[in-house]
Amino acid sequence: MRPVSSWGRLSAEPHQVTALSDIATLADELRGKGPAIPLGRGRSYGDACLNPGGTLLDTARLDRFHSFDPETGRLVCEAGVQLRDIQRFMVPRGWGLPVIPGTQHVSVGGAIANDVHGKNHHRVGSFGHHVRNLTLVRTEGEVVDCGPGVRPDLFAATVGGIGLTGLIATAELQLQPVAGPWLDTEILPYRSLDEFLTLADDSESLWEHTVSWLDCTAGSRTRGIFLRANPAVDQSRKPPSPRRLAVPVTPPLPVFNRLTLPAFNSAYYQLNSRRGGAKRRPFDTFLFPLDDLQDWNRLYGPRGFYQYQLVVPRDAGPAALRDILDIIARSGQGSFLAVIKTFGNRASPGLLSFPAPGITLSLDFPNRGARTERLFVELDAVVRAAAGRLYLAKDARMPRQLFEAGYPRAAELAKFRDPGMSSGMSRRLMGH
Amino acid sequence: MNQKKRIVVIGATSAIAEHCCRLWVQRGPVELILVARNVALAERIAADLRARGGQAEVSVETFDFLSTPAIAGSVARWTSQKPVDIALIAHGVLSQQQPCQDDIERARESVEVNGVSPILFAEAFAGAMEHAGSGTIGMIGSVAGDRGRRINYVYGASKALMDRYAQGMQHRFAGSAIKVVLIKPGPTDTPMTADQKARGRRLASVESVAQGTVDAIDRGTAVAYLPRKWQLIMFVVRALPNFIFNRLNI
Repeated sequence: MRPVSSWGRLSAEPHQVTALSDIATLADELRGKGPAIPLGRGRSYGDACLNPGGTLLDTARLDRFHSFDPETGRLVCEAGVQLRDIQRFMVPRGWGLPVIPGTQHVSVGGAIANDVHGKNHHRVGSFGHHVRNLTLVRTEGEVVDCGPGVRPDLFAATVGGIGLTGLIATAELQLQPVAGPWLDTEILPYRSLDEFLTLADDSESLWEHTVSWLDCTAGSRTRGIFLRANPAVDQSRKPPSPRRLAVPVTPPLPVFNRLTLPAFNSAYYQLNSRRGGAKRRPFDTFLFPLDDLQDWNRLYGPRGFYQYQLVVPRDAGPAALRDILDIIARSGQGSFLAVIKTFGNRASPGLLSFPAPGITLSLDFPNRGARTERLFVELDAVVRAAAGRLYLAKDARMPRQLFEAGYPRAAELAKFRDPGMSSGMSRRLMGH
Repeated sequence: MNQKKRIVVIGATSAIAEHCCRLWVQRGPVELILVARNVALAERIAADLRARGGQAEVSVETFDFLSTPAIAGSVARWTSQKPVDIALIAHGVLSQQQPCQDDIERARESVEVNGVSPILFAEAFAGAMEHAGSGTIGMIGSVAGDRGRRINYVYGASKALMDRYAQGMQHRFAGSAIKVVLIKPGPTDTPMTADQKARGRRLASVESVAQGTVDAIDRGTAVAYLPRKWQLIMFVVRALPNFIFNRLNI
């Protein structure tokens, strides 16, 4: 038993960590294990990848590629392969992952189990849309293949299924042709939520990646920085080697707090609105800015932090977002990392997939105990009234009622669950 | 001109060796000969390397690592047609100390696999590279070879044998185009050290140790401690007088 934390560092409960390393003997190794839950890179923020007192099936060493077809771009690899590794080996060969979330340091298994999305959701959908097939190993010792064409019901339960249908052992992914590592990017400041929505709508048809930072200390009269990018036509320059900094220690207090936050937000806004405009940048610094700052989650101090990511439908969205921003501004518990993006209309592939047509907002909050929870209760009410939902990969505390309201198909998962798989999250939201 | 580098990896299923191979296939065209006792696993590693690198030619071989005719014959075969640019000798087992004390047969196995076998490979490659006039021999030693300690001196002594052997070969090839590189990793996060990790010990990542190994081989560094801090730590450990050292539980 050793203490394990997820990315939010809210807890460090003891877990029995079983390191899986041999793909050939997985079925024997998993038989009768339980209650257990697969662990990828531990990048979900809450308890989706935790199982206090129980077993974690660590897939870090299931990190081999099995085959790659340079004609079709189909890659078969093990679940523990990091997305960064796929990019590192495949981009020089002219292929890349269609969907990468805000960090490349997640595993293929985790990307499927959370059906992650990227800044190009409006173009390509979520990660699950690009999975052609996957092999599940279940604790009964069963090995099952599924995909959009084979056992599609089990596949829909597994994509976004937070590990509850069995351990994803391997997956076949459809990569997309990429010209190279450079993006042509544009930075545009905006001064209201309406301005953001106009920018987002205008950008969707012509820009592959769109995302935006938002100043949440200003309430509904918000301002922000809109970012959009397309693959550069001229890829001739050699990409720079990444500069990586690290947060070496956990500060005793969150770096972003009531006193420092307005200053951080103002500085960030001013800096970016001045250097706005067009610029060619490498895809990784544009798409994964936080990957250059190792262990950034320590900035929130020893008590950890919550990330609250919601999606609300487009119609009710703007009004709900205004309410949410006002509630946050009033509470004085804002966050520096506030990201807003519009999702495309493509239907998500999983029963518990998060993306839905509308607007998604994600916010970090240092853990201040009951005060933070009181804020969340207020936000929950707005999300629920607007028929929105919260992202399971980020969640550590949503009440069961909100989960059931936000994920109306959740009950269908039950018949596909692996009886040996259970996590902190599944017990909290589904009772077992 | 064929610019493909030829690299032979002995003990190719070792985690450090596998990650070195990933770095080599990422760099460009390469021919890799993977030599391993566990052929099934080596074949999976070969498939992985072929999928990662478009221009990697990977083959797998196996034989008895303690048979001198097999070692001499194989090295002669690999080096006869084209010279081998790099030979990475990475095989070994992290043998526990207590079983070696309880049964000297275990001690013999540990010394043979971790000490004798690697130097036989190194000697065979040295002869072939001397003949070809160039090449690099990389050997994975260990910080455990720097000073005998009660918790692992059978393993440590085997690695110490490799240490002195590498030193002698470096003397032999000084001033030539043949390089002998001794890598001394500190505790590294590999399947070999899974029980140390379970006890909560902080381990170096295998990726960083592999990167350091590939860099040291490129530069022809004589001795590379990885991560670098182990050079200082082991300097202190070696320098401790016996009357202090023998009271420490390290």
